[in-house]
Amino acid sequence: MTGPIRIGFIPLADAAALIVAVDKGYTAAEGLDVTLVREVSWSNVRDKLNIGLFDAAHLLAPVAIASSLGIGHVKVPIVAPFALGVNGNAITVTPALHAAIMAKLEGDRFDPMATALALARVVAERRKAGAEPLTFGMTFPFSTHNYQLRFWMAAGGVDPDEDVRLVVLPPPYMVDSIANGHVDAFCVGAPWNSIAVDLGIGHILHFVSDVLVRAAEKVLAARQSWADKHPDALAALVRACARAADFIEQNHAEAARILAQPERIGVDAEVLQRTLDGRLKISPDGTFRESSRYLLIGRDGAVRPEKIQAAWLYAQMVRWGQTPLSSEALGTAMGVFRPDIYDAALGVAGQTQEGAIGAFAGPAFAADDVMGHLRAFKIGRWKA
Amino acid sequence: MSAEQSPKIVIVDESPIRAAILEEGLREAGFTGVVHVREMQGLLTRIYALDPDVIVIDLENPSRDVLEQMFQVSRAVRRPIAMFVDQSDAASIQASVEAGVSAYIVDGLKKERIKPILDLCISRFNAFSKLQDELDRAKSALEDRKVIDRAKGILMKMKGFTEEEAYVLLRSTAMREKKKIGEIAQSILTASEMLK
Repeated sequence: MTGPIRIGFIPLADAAALIVAVDKGYTAAEGLDVTLVREVSWSNVRDKLNIGLFDAAHLLAPVAIASSLGIGHVKVPIVAPFALGVNGNAITVTPALHAAIMAKLEGDRFDPMATALALARVVAERRKAGAEPLTFGMTFPFSTHNYQLRFWMAAGGVDPDEDVRLVVLPPPYMVDSIANGHVDAFCVGAPWNSIAVDLGIGHILHFVSDVLVRAAEKVLAARQSWADKHPDALAALVRACARAADFIEQNHAEAARILAQPERIGVDAEVLQRTLDGRLKISPDGTFRESSRYLLIGRDGAVRPEKIQAAWLYAQMVRWGQTPLSSEALGTAMGVFRPDIYDAALGVAGQTQEGAIGAFAGPAFAADDVMGHLRAFKIGRWKA
Repeated sequence: MSAEQSPKIVIVDESPIRAAILEEGLREAGFTGVVHVREMQGLLTRIYALDPDVIVIDLENPSRDVLEQMFQVSRAVRRPIAMFVDQSDAASIQASVEAGVSAYIVDGLKKERIKPILDLCISRFNAFSKLQDELDRAKSALEDRKVIDRAKGILMKMKGFTEEEAYVLLRSTAMREKKKIGEIAQSILTASEMLK
């Protein structure tokens, strides 16, 4: 029905549905000839998708939106008919910062408000002592990691642009950077948090599901122009990924082995299985923590790209001064997520999830009231 | 302003050979202010210290994402990067991505001064890939020859063939199986390892 399809991905656990769809032969069963191409940077994935070297990609949801809006780079409309993951990120801190936060903690250590307030106290104390500001690593200016870190610390009164440094670090460099003291903390997806803990150089302070109950993470992205020309291929790809996502939830061990292959994610299957199980070692002393919400691949409706998630991500771009607020841009951002394509491909009736965002701070997010969301928070870079 | 005479160009590349080829090309074209950065730790700090007008990075480098934050105006970013090229320059983006290179232009450099730099980067990167391909082919030909020689040795020992006969058997098998002689030779080596 269509020629060979090239799909770019970054070696992260949430590329799982795409990798399993190809390696279990689900894409071939749909009549698709798919080649997966491993990439080293989000910039590369974005550019190769934009110019047509890739037909589709494993992409950070905010990059799909930024690309469609022309923020930060060339404007290329993107569609996201399938969500490759909900949640899955974690915030990891050095043993020193972990001890400092725990010393100032009032309340439960898994309560993000308690840790954010403790972080604010650590920041204030460091400023008084004339110490360098803390440095936090994240993966991309238009990344969920960037917005999740900012949302968390700002709720405790830490201004992410004034009180600390936020720097972009490629995920494979995160662990080195924390080891050699270039950063004090980072927010990244699996498996990098676990690798830092296993090496004894990091503590997982939060699963991002502590901060937001449901946060869209990566999407299956395609150029709008390609999607328009190849609607059948796109629908087939969505079905193959949906089948893979189901398989992964039923077979963590086999999925982890598939993902562990050197040309795929290329890390220990055991680490990947911990990620899929949502059972992570959070401290070098061997403490484990389990959460059914840590990373959702194919359960609880995680695969359907909900428009409210796109709206929330757009609201964060506005909050942190990456783009001005406009109702037209909000509409474009929400239009990137295409539950209609998903529903049609799977032949299911649309069912929007309840409690779509569930942030630990601020009022419940409503897509039709981005201004209300912005006004609810003291810290932000947006202009009315 | 120095940008008017010779813009300062930083090459971020972990391959010293490719960086040298590019640097040489830029110098020949009259761009004298060229600095090569190989160390990826603290990349942004190093770039701010050098204060370049153009940053060139290879696409195999994960640190490309680090440069992307220079698009944002913030306290950490002193001189932001201008949009790499505008919408009308899609062909430039295509050519550079295909060549495996990306250039970031810091705000303030005139557009007509950008194109010759970009064109030069693209042609030098393409030249390097061609060299690399030739080198890879030569290497794999050499590897193949070694494997074929060893397979011939095994056939001569086990079947009492002459070298000529061993080669003819390898070649005819390869033709029949529609494979390369090197692959057939490799499977003989693998089988003989297993049967040891």
